[in-house]
Amino acid sequence: MKQPTPKATRHVNQNEGLIFEKSSPGKAAWKLPPLDVPEVDTAKLLGSAERKDLGHMPEVSEIEIIRHFTRMSTWNYAIDLGMYPLGSCTMKYNPRVNEAVARVEGIANGHPYQPEKISQGALQIIKTLSECLIEITGMDAITLQPAAGAHGEMTGLLMVRAYHESKGNARKKILIPDSAHGTNPATAAMVGYGVENLKSDSRGMVDIASLEAQMNEDVAALMLTNPNTLGVFEQQIHKIADILHAKGGLLYMDGANMNALVGKVRPGDFGVDVMHLNLHKTFSTPHGGGGPGSGPVAIKKALEPFLPKPVVITHADGTLGFDYNRPHSVGRVRAFYGNFGMFVRALAYIQANGPDGLRQTTEDAVLNANYIRKGLEGTYDLPYDTPSMHEVVFSDKLQAKKGVRTMDIAKRLIDYGFHPYTTAFPLIVPGALMIEPTESESVEEMDLFVDAMKSIAKEVEEDTQTVLDAPHTTRVSRLDETTAARKPILRWKPA
Amino acid sequence: MRYLPKSPADREAMLKAIGARSIDDLFAPIPAEYRLNRDLKIPRQMAESEIVDFFRQRSRENGDGYTSFLGAGAYFHYRPVIIDSLISRGEFLTAYTPYQAEISQGTLQSIFEFQTMICELTGMEVANASMYDGSTAAAEAAMMSVRLTGRRSVVVARNLHPEYREVLATYATHQGMPLSTVGFGDNGRINLKELEQSITPETACVLIQSPNFFGTIEDVEAVGEIAHKHGAMLVVSIAEAVSLGIVEPPRQADIIAMEAQSFGVPLGFGGPYCGVIATREKYVRQMPGRLVGQTVDKQGKRGFVLTLATREQHIRREKATSNICTNQALVALMVNIFMTVYGKVGLKELAKQNLAKTAYAANQFSKHGRVLFTNSPRFNEFVVQTSEDPYAINGRLLGHKVVGGLPLKKFYPELGNAALWCCTELTTRSVIDTAAGLIAESERSVRSAKEEVEEVAR
Repeated sequence: MKQPTPKATRHVNQNEGLIFEKSSPGKAAWKLPPLDVPEVDTAKLLGSAERKDLGHMPEVSEIEIIRHFTRMSTWNYAIDLGMYPLGSCTMKYNPRVNEAVARVEGIANGHPYQPEKISQGALQIIKTLSECLIEITGMDAITLQPAAGAHGEMTGLLMVRAYHESKGNARKKILIPDSAHGTNPATAAMVGYGVENLKSDSRGMVDIASLEAQMNEDVAALMLTNPNTLGVFEQQIHKIADILHAKGGLLYMDGANMNALVGKVRPGDFGVDVMHLNLHKTFSTPHGGGGPGSGPVAIKKALEPFLPKPVVITHADGTLGFDYNRPHSVGRVRAFYGNFGMFVRALAYIQANGPDGLRQTTEDAVLNANYIRKGLEGTYDLPYDTPSMHEVVFSDKLQAKKGVRTMDIAKRLIDYGFHPYTTAFPLIVPGALMIEPTESESVEEMDLFVDAMKSIAKEVEEDTQTVLDAPHTTRVSRLDETTAARKPILRWKPA
Repeated sequence: MRYLPKSPADREAMLKAIGARSIDDLFAPIPAEYRLNRDLKIPRQMAESEIVDFFRQRSRENGDGYTSFLGAGAYFHYRPVIIDSLISRGEFLTAYTPYQAEISQGTLQSIFEFQTMICELTGMEVANASMYDGSTAAAEAAMMSVRLTGRRSVVVARNLHPEYREVLATYATHQGMPLSTVGFGDNGRINLKELEQSITPETACVLIQSPNFFGTIEDVEAVGEIAHKHGAMLVVSIAEAVSLGIVEPPRQADIIAMEAQSFGVPLGFGGPYCGVIATREKYVRQMPGRLVGQTVDKQGKRGFVLTLATREQHIRREKATSNICTNQALVALMVNIFMTVYGKVGLKELAKQNLAKTAYAANQFSKHGRVLFTNSPRFNEFVVQTSEDPYAINGRLLGHKVVGGLPLKKFYPELGNAALWCCTELTTRSVIDTAAGLIAESERSVRSAKEEVEEVAR
């Protein structure tokens, strides 16, 4: 039998101060070419608008900058190092060809206002990706303008609102299940809608009776994540859609968990009217430490007049262009056309997969989550035993008896060489352990993860304090977040 | 599929371990009538070499090899090579938002440095970890002023980037946030008299851009005085970050909403870019977006964490300061590295080169066309009026593989045949001369055509 290599070992890493602490006058990492036009008298040109001093901006050499950021980088965990099972975040492999093609000259340096005639390449990328995403979601039209998932939610609800206004009544509120991501209610508020909570049933799905009771002509839409944040597919999805539609409401789908569905089922086919995607989740564009994302919004025909402007069109001569003449548009949600660089990456990912690859990807993502569920069942409490799709949610109920909570287990997992799962979310599971392995994990990596989780459960029984004090192997131990918030130090200041 | 680390035997073994007969068992929760029983109609699986070819072809159709005079909120500056070397490290590229501080100190410390440098450059006391872009930062800054003042409306300068104004209008619609617009004078700056008249007791803020959309530097002090006199806040949008190397930052502002694309971020056909909001310490609890703070661990060692999260959506839900979650972290890292490379002296020298190139170009252009707003200081953009439609001039320039200035008819019809031209440190004297030569030609031919007509008339 193969002996697995232990996942992690301690090793030396470099200390590094703040860049300001390395600065000294006269060091430089830049060199400008000689000026080929006459020098100017800045005082004369700018008068009182001239800036005299740049304060404490650093002065350092190039090798110091390389070492500074390289050293800091080694303090991060990353998908490239190992499994990153953050539930609902879809931390999958970020293919490197995506990065290479995003840096090809004409794509990287295209100006958003260059004439259409010399923008056909970019327009073709936008059009091709749009067509792929429309086919994948089963919807009728799409905008790529939103810069992230939450921005997509806002754009989607703006269109929902415009749709209802066109029928003579904007309506008052959005129904949001208690298992939803925090951006959903925050977005509803930004679009001027009230929020009404919708409770889940004993299987973790939308409670149909509650929905029927709460649905009326004041409800503009239901914002539903499907599979929901428990990783459970809403089996009554069409009934849900019917209840909404019967009273003129719309079904909004948060596509955060689309990695469970691509190539297997299409939201447009099960009654969704408007949905956003996260290219940085399902379509492999890098999370980059918190962004950039991209949050396209796909819609059914009835909402098309309200798309943000501009939209890409094909002219009579077959060339592509932007159409700004959209009288019913909700307007712009961002300058220019969106996070174009992410469109390039997402399209490269779709091309690398094709229809067969995308289907296999979804199947592997669901297979992996179920494999982990099987491996940890019995060791950790499973609050809902409804079948899992791409993620599984356990709770810390068993470990809590020893005073160990989900965050403690998560911190201990770091010592085993893994990034923690998502903690304390969804809100309907107290002490949640939300695990999404994605398709990118091999059997070996998942076996190591399951072993680590079992070993921690054992430690909870036999050596509780070790878990409570974790992590033990990181550069810094648990940080004092209370003081950070009470007396915020948000920038470096010279001593 | 080359990204999937499993053999068919692995899959079989896993299904067996789970107790499923086939993969279909795992998809049983999806009602059968909705399952897709065909291939998606998307391009077939492609080899890496084919993908690279596809995008190289698109690149050739996308202005590859052209020199450009376009600015208008997206600027072509040199990007030091080490930016891409460093951001390509998997530990930065493939990490999530740094919620688990112990294994995210690299990202957290770099954001802390980013916040510090933005403060140094803008003259503000706190800066957030980034916003989507300059346009959404401006809209969110306006909404922040509404929360801070308890007032409702916003007065916005007409020479704020037109697309920023459009985004603001979209955000404002459902916030019950009325907008009014103030025009510009002959000097290209906001019309102060009109501004004075536009502010009401309900004005939460005055929103201007400096350097404004025409490249003109606003008299921020005068605008601030008027706004503050009426109890309104001053929000300043900065779209060309390189200006901060030589132009005094708007220290009178209460909130600065910035686009930092100029600092090392590729043009990328409009995104991803890097918005930032900076403000005074006393306003921080109404600020949207993530913030990194310094703290200590159990041993007293310095470390960094995401902080003041009670403003944010994952804690406050519908009562949050904004719905923003994912921001532009990796782009902020590019900006951070760029600021570090140029630093205290380089940023100033870089800005000076931009100033010199622009002064030269404006001077050359003014010999033939009419350069507007010459009586106010400008940074690296200027407006030129020509006799001929700028689209026609640009059409001929394209033949020289040069993209001319942005025709302004769409945004400012009142300026007639005007275009907005931009020079950076990368604009060469020879391309400026080429463009100036074509404008000269255009003026000559219009003049001789006119003379011909007049002669016939005589």
